[in-house]
Amino acid sequence: MEYLLLIYTQEGSDPAPGSQEFQDMLAGYGKAGQAMTEAEAMRGGNALQDTSTATCVSVRDGKTTVTDGPFAETKEQAGGYYLVDCKDLDQAIEFAALIPGAAAGRVEVRPIQNF
Amino acid sequence: MRDLSLAEDALQDACVKALTTWEEHGIPDNPRAWLVTAGRNRAIDDLRRKTSLKAKSETLKLLEEEGRQQQGEADEADDRLLLMFLCCHPALAEEAQLALTLRALGGLTTEEIASAFLVPVPTMAQRLVRAKRKIRLANVAYRLPTEDMIDQRLSRVMTVLYLIFNEGYAARSGKAVVRTDLCYESIRLTRILGHLKPENPEIKGLLALMLLHDARRTARTNAEGTMIALEYQDRSQWNHRQIELGDKVLREALVMGRAGPYLLQAAISGVHAKAPDYASTDWQEIVGLYDRLCRVIPGPVVRLNRAFAVSMLKGAEVALPLVAELEGHPAMEAYQPFHATRADLLARSGCSEEAARTFDRAIELTDNEVQRDFLKAKRARLRNTR
Repeated sequence: MEYLLLIYTQEGSDPAPGSQEFQDMLAGYGKAGQAMTEAEAMRGGNALQDTSTATCVSVRDGKTTVTDGPFAETKEQAGGYYLVDCKDLDQAIEFAALIPGAAAGRVEVRPIQNF
Repeated sequence: MRDLSLAEDALQDACVKALTTWEEHGIPDNPRAWLVTAGRNRAIDDLRRKTSLKAKSETLKLLEEEGRQQQGEADEADDRLLLMFLCCHPALAEEAQLALTLRALGGLTTEEIASAFLVPVPTMAQRLVRAKRKIRLANVAYRLPTEDMIDQRLSRVMTVLYLIFNEGYAARSGKAVVRTDLCYESIRLTRILGHLKPENPEIKGLLALMLLHDARRTARTNAEGTMIALEYQDRSQWNHRQIELGDKVLREALVMGRAGPYLLQAAISGVHAKAPDYASTDWQEIVGLYDRLCRVIPGPVVRLNRAFAVSMLKGAEVALPLVAELEGHPAMEAYQPFHATRADLLARSGCSEEAARTFDRAIELTDNEVQRDFLKAKRARLRNTR
């Protein structure tokens, strides 16, 4: 069963590139991805550009409204995701816990709806 | 089956089938395995009828596969442990964990659980429906947690059982001080958990704690429903056989090694339970146990209880500074026992004015009518106050 792992962290809180913390973070993401791949659970994943690059679109009465910014102005924002195929929630939780974002912020684990 | 409602229906059907079939053909060698197989087959039939031809459901495929692989028996003990882990899964809301544990393991009806937690039946029904839905849609696993999670998850199960017991022992709101059926259920389930994990001293500690507290239940209120403090309880009304049992479990756990929080609290309860009267209570022993408990559970609540024990050993004046230390702590501001204890110490130190004010604050914070009356009576006994 597939789950989306949505990584929520405070923007701008990531360690500076080149620092040891940054290297550690990259290594952490590497290990997380590797665990998912070895378990044959990896179905995809990406980091997102920060929320200043976001645009919101809504359509009401046939009129399209486009605004600058993310869906909601919250302290923590989605910064990336993984799509994993797991045997159960516990396995998805295990993968989520490996993601460095879980230590800095929170990872939401949401099951994919099948029709 | 990943679907508790489906499982409940299947079990019910299997039991009905068993009643008729076993009567005719005799009880099978492994009744449990028979029921599990019958239940599984019923669920498969059920799902086949409901599932469209296009999408053979995940569950149906798994059940059929399982059925082919496991013609043999399921270990009864493991099943109940797995069910406990399922009901107490952290992915479920805490109130749902309690309700689900009572439903699936305690076999209580929705009405009984609603009444136990003083919520309307539809509210409780909704709570259970939502929890089962989450289990199904998020695929909360019916399996043992992994090595690195098992301690945490076991701890969660114990917390749920402890919360259920507490709810029964000292109801936080409403008229009655105790609701006995919840005490009975939590003791029963903790005992089962202990059988399933005999090498775990904390589970024994939790069981001992429940047994010892519960043994004093009937003496805690009088015929009118008024609450009676430990100091004034008629100890002849304590269930001494249950105290002996609790003490036995306690001693078994203590020899197993390092004592955890439940075990230490049980030991404290044990000291009270063994004293023939309040005056003979070994407060020295209790203070020593609280010293250990403070190290295991740091924080103001244990220190507050320790301060009270110190007041019994060395006098209220000695204990007051210990309570004063906790005053700034944010958790204590709205914590009823903090104000109730402080008021008691102030009263015993002769500071009647301040005691009265502090009793008032404690009364404000008490949502249990019986406990409120108890505090009001203590306040009324203060001298030189309005």
